[in-house]
Amino acid sequence: MYKPSKKEAQDMLQQMMEIRQFEDKIMDLLSKNIAEGGSHLYAGMEAIAVGVISSLNHDDYITSTHRGHGHAIAKDGDLNALMAEILGKKTGVCKGKGGSLHLADLNKGNLGANGIVGGGLGIATGAALALKMQKSSRIVVCFFGDGALNNGITHECMNMASLWKLPVIFLCENNLYAMSVCINRACSVKDLRKRADAYDMPSEIVDGMDVIAVKEAAIRWIDYVRKGNGPCFVVCNAYRYYGHSRSDPRVYRTKEEEKSYRDRDPIINFAQRCIKEGWLTEKEVREIEATVAKAIEEATDFAIKSPLPEPEELYTDLYV
Amino acid sequence: MREITYRQALNEALDEEMARDEKVFLMGEDIAIYGGAYGVTSGLLNKYGEERVRDTPISEAAIVGAGLGSALLGYRPVVEIMYIDFIGLCMDQLNNQVAKIRYMFGGKCTVPLTIRTEGGAGRTLGAHHSQSLEAWLMHIPGIKVVMPATPADAKGLLKSSIRDNNPVVFIEHKMLYNTKGFVPENEYLVPIGVADIKRTGNDVTVLTYSRMLLFSLKAAEILEKDGISVEVVDLRTLLPLDKTTIKNSVMKTNRVVIVEEDTKTAGAGAEIGMTVVEECFDYLDAPVKRVAGADVPMPKAPNLESLAIPSVETIVQGIMEVMK
Ligand SMILES: Cc1ncc(C[n+]2csc(CCOP(=O)(O)OP(=O)(O)O)c2C)c(N)n1
Ligand SMILES: [Mg+2]
Repeated sequence: MYKPSKKEAQDMLQQMMEIRQFEDKIMDLLSKNIAEGGSHLYAGMEAIAVGVISSLNHDDYITSTHRGHGHAIAKDGDLNALMAEILGKKTGVCKGKGGSLHLADLNKGNLGANGIVGGGLGIATGAALALKMQKSSRIVVCFFGDGALNNGITHECMNMASLWKLPVIFLCENNLYAMSVCINRACSVKDLRKRADAYDMPSEIVDGMDVIAVKEAAIRWIDYVRKGNGPCFVVCNAYRYYGHSRSDPRVYRTKEEEKSYRDRDPIINFAQRCIKEGWLTEKEVREIEATVAKAIEEATDFAIKSPLPEPEELYTDLYV
Repeated sequence: MREITYRQALNEALDEEMARDEKVFLMGEDIAIYGGAYGVTSGLLNKYGEERVRDTPISEAAIVGAGLGSALLGYRPVVEIMYIDFIGLCMDQLNNQVAKIRYMFGGKCTVPLTIRTEGGAGRTLGAHHSQSLEAWLMHIPGIKVVMPATPADAKGLLKSSIRDNNPVVFIEHKMLYNTKGFVPENEYLVPIGVADIKRTGNDVTVLTYSRMLLFSLKAAEILEKDGISVEVVDLRTLLPLDKTTIKNSVMKTNRVVIVEEDTKTAGAGAEIGMTVVEECFDYLDAPVKRVAGADVPMPKAPNLESLAIPSVETIVQGIMEVMK
């Protein structure tokens, strides 16, 4: 059983709180029309990104999804630059050209969010191929949603990665819905591990609302993949608290179901556990929360005050 | 006549065609319970049931492929690809199967399939949710490409598309769903392949379609004050192009500006412009001009997004240039 050190507990809690408060802030900015366009929020799923990415080395890689703010923050993301990017500002991590759906920070091993469901699987497979050719011990974690399980590229990549024993973890974030479509109306198998069986990959289903459970599984699978055993498939079950995007009235799910997940909130539960196990004191938990709140306010302020890109930027960065 | 939105007009078209012909059925991502990402299929699940209003997994290639298969067996499917940006995921099905099957099989089958999708910029959604990819589709013999700009045209053209025995790609625009316009109460159709003169004028012809029609009409109003009389032709269908209407207008005005939202190089305007050159070169008093999207992926930043597509100002400038 994995037990975090004080520092690890502190870091994990802080990152989960950063993600939650960041997403709540984006929702606020969207409702005030300060942020424009869409944003798919990660609230409720924090334990997955934090549990997995905190178990990686800093020079390992990830590919992310349309719901990518959490992955970006957990992968050493700079809150200011991420917030600015979502507002399309010059100071954003992609100079304001990508936006929420395209957050990426290649220097930090984040190969990017994606506007295309399943868009990250090819990239992850190719990055893993490159690492294998380099005889590197680094690995790739490929995040994708339950919805991506049914697109062709997913199957092609899983087969190829397994065939060539590539160092990639296919990490499915199962939050029960792809937009309005519940997984049992979209996926032909109930037990998702059968999908991995089809490609002769080992697999596991993890409680993605419990950061310790995620972390424990992540450590094991990262070790397995790093040792050159080939890919694996890990499903983390969780829930997204907000609608799919801003305008979603959520008619496809019940208030009771929403509450049942909120009652198992990954952050509240982990904070309580830290106190109970003596990993952190109550005071320390409150201090972390306050530090995060301040950082989010600063990031928001930074993003709002940042200028838009210069008009000439329209034509830069297309070709080298 | 009553005023309704583009969204409602499309919804009525689907509703009427489903009521009229039980072979019509709908299939796509989030079209049933959710009513479509932009609400076009709202209410149809309750009316027609799950069998005829079908939510699919996120499987674009299978959506189009299965649409084709069911069309070959006598159904009249209307499938939805949520954003045209995802058309790449089903392009093989569309190009190699849907478009060619009748020809390859010596005319022995028909493909009464409609693929509804939407495109365009305006919501700062960035590079994967803002594209105008009509030119890719215009390059495929065997399909038709329809892009309505007004609620009345949207309804009449969607009904025609569904009744057409050929595959039709029907491209809506995300910034038009909430626009309103007069739509007849009575049953009517708008024919595919026929352009419509939305504003008559004598000095210059603007050839445009989809959201750029609205921008072009505003530009025409502004120029009227400067004494320039602009004729605005709404092409409505890009494949096949209505060469007759284009020719008649150009013979009258002798000047042409094409206004298109897609990226300029090898865009829809290239085909439209070359058609003008081939059909009415002798009538031209000035070079054909394009006002088009910048040749870049759509940037997120709101200011850059606006710069990446034509604006009323750049359209006015473009028209002034050919008037010199
Ligand atoms: C290829 C493709 N099809 C459809 C969409 C529209 N879309 C965006 S997110 C989404 C649902 C994705 O569900 P899932 O993979 O489970 O991720 P979640 O949103 O639940 O995190 C859909 C249908 C898209 N972006 N790309
Ligand atoms: Mg999901």
